[in-house]
Amino acid sequence: MNLQGAMAAIGLALLSSLLALLLHGRPGSQRLLAFLALGLSAAASLVAGIAALSTGQAEATTLPLGLPWLAWHLRLDALSGFFLAIIGLVSLPAAVYGWGYCRVYDDAPARLTPMLAFTGLFVAGMQLVLLADDAYAFMIAWELMSLASYFLVASHHERAEARHAAFLYLLMAHAGGLAILLSFGVLAGFGGGFDFASLRASPLNPLWAGVCFGLALAGFGTKAGLVPLHIWLPEAHPVAPSHVSGLLSGVIVKMALYGFIRVVFDLIGEVHWAWGVAVLAIGAGTALYGVLYALVQSDLKRLLAYSTVENMGIVFLGLGLALIYLGNGQVFLGALAFVAALFHALNHACFKSLLFFGAGAVLHQAHETELSRLGGLLNRMPWTGFLFLLGCLSIASLPPFNGFASEWLIFQAALQAGSLDSGVLRASIPVAAAVLALTAALSATTFVKAYGIAFLGQARSPHARHAREADFSLRLGQAILALLCLALGVLPTLVVEALGRVSFALLGHDLPSATAHGWLWLTPVAAQKASYSAPLVFAGILLAVAAWAAVWLILKRKRRDQPVPRVPAWDCGFGELSPRMQYSAASFSMPIQQIFRGVWRIRADSQPAQPEPGLGHAAYRRYALHVEDWLWQALYAPLAAGVLAAARRVALIQTGHLRHYLLYSFFTLVLLLWLLR
Amino acid sequence: MFFAQLPIYEQAILALAAGVLLLSFFMLAHPRIYSVIKLFAWQGLVLAATTALVAFDSQTPHLYISAVLTLGLKAVFIPWLLLRMVDKFEMHHELDEIRRPGLTLLTAGALVVFCYHTTLPIAELLLAITRNVIAICMSVVLLGMLMLVSRNKALTQVVGFMTLENGLFFAAVAVTKGMPMVVELGIAFDVLIAAVIFGVFFLHIRQSIDSLDISRLSRLSEAERE
Repeated sequence: MNLQGAMAAIGLALLSSLLALLLHGRPGSQRLLAFLALGLSAAASLVAGIAALSTGQAEATTLPLGLPWLAWHLRLDALSGFFLAIIGLVSLPAAVYGWGYCRVYDDAPARLTPMLAFTGLFVAGMQLVLLADDAYAFMIAWELMSLASYFLVASHHERAEARHAAFLYLLMAHAGGLAILLSFGVLAGFGGGFDFASLRASPLNPLWAGVCFGLALAGFGTKAGLVPLHIWLPEAHPVAPSHVSGLLSGVIVKMALYGFIRVVFDLIGEVHWAWGVAVLAIGAGTALYGVLYALVQSDLKRLLAYSTVENMGIVFLGLGLALIYLGNGQVFLGALAFVAALFHALNHACFKSLLFFGAGAVLHQAHETELSRLGGLLNRMPWTGFLFLLGCLSIASLPPFNGFASEWLIFQAALQAGSLDSGVLRASIPVAAAVLALTAALSATTFVKAYGIAFLGQARSPHARHAREADFSLRLGQAILALLCLALGVLPTLVVEALGRVSFALLGHDLPSATAHGWLWLTPVAAQKASYSAPLVFAGILLAVAAWAAVWLILKRKRRDQPVPRVPAWDCGFGELSPRMQYSAASFSMPIQQIFRGVWRIRADSQPAQPEPGLGHAAYRRYALHVEDWLWQALYAPLAAGVLAAARRVALIQTGHLRHYLLYSFFTLVLLLWLLR
Repeated sequence: MFFAQLPIYEQAILALAAGVLLLSFFMLAHPRIYSVIKLFAWQGLVLAATTALVAFDSQTPHLYISAVLTLGLKAVFIPWLLLRMVDKFEMHHELDEIRRPGLTLLTAGALVVFCYHTTLPIAELLLAITRNVIAICMSVVLLGMLMLVSRNKALTQVVGFMTLENGLFFAAVAVTKGMPMVVELGIAFDVLIAAVIFGVFFLHIRQSIDSLDISRLSRLSEAERE
């Protein structure tokens, strides 16, 4: 029954794509119907996913598609149900949001139609990835998802940076897809079949299991944006239209996570603790690298993209812990870390798409995402500003929001390292936990900067000064996600209980102790060790707000009698306050930039002051920062140069002389004759 | 098995085969375009004679048709076409000298040895006569290719290409008593059409670069030019 629901979701997503094609030239109904079908698909996948998650039962079927001797196997179990629910949770608000967001494209049907058509294909591809139960169907769905999202990234193909980003994305997606294919190849080579049941049964020796794990990590890590394979992510996510950016950052990286979990925890099965150490180290490095680069970005959407890199690092850090504990036989702690990682993935899907939608609303209204040209938007866009603030609080992991709950769980898992036998692991896991703490603090700084510069203070450009509040559908899309962030944060026990079923189905262990004290208290290991009650924190906040409101109401009469005088702010007698007197994006992050200055390759353009004639005009020094990814220069640029040089060397045999080509044929013939001999 | 112990007709076939190979050598190294075409006509004639002899020896009458076709096409028509081209372009005294004739001829000799070496495992399954002939046919093919590689002028290259085809045809006749008639007719027409098309190409090349020197046709290259 659930599986039928999921298949209906895929059908509806494809229908959305088809409607977009059929209604080309009638943008109003095209937009409405395509997004309606997409929303219904999202709702269907949400319902099917939650139903599969709550029953914990697996359902399977085969479809007569694909190769003649290899029908498509589909299967819906608790793990795919969970990720299906994530797709639903994000695509539903995305459909609501996209309906309003795409209105600007109404007079450009040549752009609107492919955008809508590929959005439907993209969502269908992701849903099919989750249902696929054989390597063949999985790869088809995976490539469908990658290619559809490539076209979405290339939506604004008239801009050079969009073309560049899209090409880079396509290149990396292919490299990653190749690694995934090889990883399945290793499993299929030993298992003797392509369906997941025979892959699961494949008897791998430790060496081949390690090879398979490494390929899966590289392949899915490319899609997830793990350092050093993240290079495409900060380019591709920002240039897509914002409702797609939200889906890309919120959901597609989760598909990579799903694939990794499916291959490593499910298909390989017997994990080795050393893999966990590798994943832990890569995850911690990714988290720190991502947040440090997010901190110095001056473009809002780029900043959010780097923050996605950071959050995927945190999720993989949790998975690394899970692998270490499982490899050492601590199944309970492994399940704890696993659930914590999944929880963070869910939370990230919610708040990152919320933030991208917020950035999209800003782009929609102020035509700008460059922080140095924004400012003061809270006055003009109060709803968007408030919802964006909720997203910032969630991602900065402040209680009672959801980011705190999941990061706290990962910390709890990391702090149980004392129960391991190996001294090295006991010493190194706390280091990863320390990196996680540093990351969380830097992430908070990043979002204080993003929110403060964009929404507070004075407008830095005419566009920002004249921005207006976004349409209702844009606000509704964000509001759904913001409520979700709050609900997931206030009721973590329910989520952990549901995720326990995934870990029970996959690892054979759930977390009875976490919810042993009812819905009020989350006690991951035991009540004596650590406990957190999000509802109580929320109640405390509500109480404080209620007290403030009571005081405000009580003082209302007094305020009316003696109004508080409002006068212009004191400007030191220097002249009128101007937007240039505020903190800028660069100056806000400068202290931290000084501490970690070795990490970035920053080019600072500083133009000397040009005094203007006349009294009272200050001469301004102009200062601009250009941050380039260090790994691009250290790893990718030499690689690209090497490939080009090799190609040029190969091209030497292409002389253009007819006789030389004939000579090559001649030599080949003689060589073949000799070999034949 | 000695040469003298073979029946007389087979001795004759072998002798003519040797003649075909010898003519290939001449064509490879001769500097004058005019003479190369004439040599090609002689090769066609020898080939036609060999085919007729094989037809007589093995009592396969359809090979006579092949022999007539070969005579008509390769000994008369194509050489006439090429010679007319030479007349038209006024190239009677033009030379197409290969840069190192000695080295080229030595290479050609090595290729013949190589062909004997290569065909050894196949030849053991065959009769004594075809053992030598198959090696010679392959040598003619490879010498044709070598001519394609070493010559500069489009006309001599076409002669090289036709020589290569002669080798293939000879192999078919001598080893398998000829291909089915339909195939042979088809190939004969292919060669005819190729000769006509080459003629058209010569005109175009001549018009665009004012010469038939193909070493000047090197602008179409995939390499980046500094």
